[in-house]
Amino acid sequence: MKQKIRIAAGQGFWGDLLDAPVRQVEGGPIDYLMLDYLAEVTMSIMQKQRSRDPNAGYAKDFIPLMKQILPACVERNIRVTANAGGVNVEGCAEAVREVARDLGLAGKLRIGVVTGDDIMPRLDELLGRGIELRNMDTEEPLASVRDRIQSANAYLGAWPMVEALNGGARIVITGRATDTGLTLAPLIHEFGWAADDWNRLSAGTIAGHIIECGAQCSGGNCQYEWRSVPNLANVGFPIVEASPDGTFVITKHEGTGGWVIIPSIKEQLVYEMGDPRSYLTPDCVADFTTVHLEYEGRDRVRIYGIKGRPATEFLKVSISYSAGYKAVGTLVYSWPDAYAKAQVADKILRARLDRLGLKFDQVLTEFVGANATHGSLSGEPVSDLPEVQLRVGVRGDDRSAIERFTKEIAPLVLTGPPGVTGFAGGRPKVEEIVAYWPALIPKEEIKPKVQVIET
Amino acid sequence: MPEALRTMQIQLIHLAHARSGDKGDTANVGLIALRDEFYPILVREVTAERVKQHFKGICKGNVERFELANLGALNFLLHESLGGGGTLSLMTDAQGKTFSTALLRMQIDIPDEEARSLALD
Repeated sequence: MKQKIRIAAGQGFWGDLLDAPVRQVEGGPIDYLMLDYLAEVTMSIMQKQRSRDPNAGYAKDFIPLMKQILPACVERNIRVTANAGGVNVEGCAEAVREVARDLGLAGKLRIGVVTGDDIMPRLDELLGRGIELRNMDTEEPLASVRDRIQSANAYLGAWPMVEALNGGARIVITGRATDTGLTLAPLIHEFGWAADDWNRLSAGTIAGHIIECGAQCSGGNCQYEWRSVPNLANVGFPIVEASPDGTFVITKHEGTGGWVIIPSIKEQLVYEMGDPRSYLTPDCVADFTTVHLEYEGRDRVRIYGIKGRPATEFLKVSISYSAGYKAVGTLVYSWPDAYAKAQVADKILRARLDRLGLKFDQVLTEFVGANATHGSLSGEPVSDLPEVQLRVGVRGDDRSAIERFTKEIAPLVLTGPPGVTGFAGGRPKVEEIVAYWPALIPKEEIKPKVQVIET
Repeated sequence: MPEALRTMQIQLIHLAHARSGDKGDTANVGLIALRDEFYPILVREVTAERVKQHFKGICKGNVERFELANLGALNFLLHESLGGGGTLSLMTDAQGKTFSTALLRMQIDIPDEEARSLALD
């Protein structure tokens, strides 16, 4: 058994720095590259893409990336875990297989394909058997939005990926899998951790949590001493250097920018946290109140002492449903009286919307430059602001009302307060809202399927 | 006023750093002491009630607080704060990313003596 495994994070979300995974592969020794592509509503976007093109529905960026790094991965024995498969895991795997063949790597690597997360085709059957899939936030039963559902996927944990790795897969592609599982699976595979070794599984889960947002633990978005973070232009993405006993070091490649310091790790540990004693995953319940940090050198933070508890009997389900429309319009008002002009423009706009008899579920006005982020906590803005952006958003079920709203913004330029600009982008776009519905499903309802295919 | 009862006001940004994020319509704010000695002050002063009051008009639900003594950090959940959350929200900050610095605006009172002993005066 290897005594150290290095897992590098290459993407914090679908849309992260394109060259980050390449730099992780090229920049120094790693054993695994983990790539997290799926945010909460990504699945519904992919579902839409697939409904237009049956070959689509996965993270397209993943294919050119594979083309770029696959030879190095084969040569240096680097394995990849990625939830790039979206709603078309097989299609994604097939595209990677083609890339491998084009590169002359046929027969030199296997691809692991993890499916079984998609419960969309089974929804009626599940609901019919009394599995209500109530919204975890609002407690509403799913039946109330049944006809508007666009995708429904259970979060799979690390174990199906472990099976694929055990089967010799070099590239493991999943659909909806937990971000943390992408890191935990290689550790279980390499170190042979048991399914009830809750402390170590929790350690691997927390390691995954720390690196799953990419550079957000290594200097990006670092509030602590932000001016002192070195060379973010060349920010190093994080690497977990894990040991069989469940301790690990967070570090990054030599010569890269950013920093790995205790405050940057702490900031990421508390990111999107609920009850810190109970971080629920399909694999374990990790306890963040047991995490201990210490320096082990420059850009090296050692993490130890992590405890955890048995996993629950449920998996989280991520459901997306169509929830009406929205549009956001903006205009920029300049000195003098920038804020006052923006306020007057807002009143005029609202009066016109009223006169047109348009009904919205919500109308929100913000004044960017005065109070858009901290609201009333910002206090009264200084009287002489050089400019203020008026930002008005509307939301509702009636597409035509939203459509009409988008035509009321630009006219303010000729029919409202003076000193206004910032309308060159044209009318705002009407966006269909795809909302997120988190729910729980008993674990026994989900049967992950693992295939390991030859290239 | 007796010396021992005098207090001074200090803004949280001098005692802590923070990061925030979202889960649906709930914003989470992790508040981390800049120095270990500041953590007890945060525990004492930055209560769930104080945070609820601080975010008056912004946080429409309740506020929960969790302690992470191991990190010198507190985690707050601010329910019903993001205009519906996720894609439903019309807010510039639909993901609650700037709730962290909004919390750091909070002013707290600490005894002069404590401020002096921590070189905060």
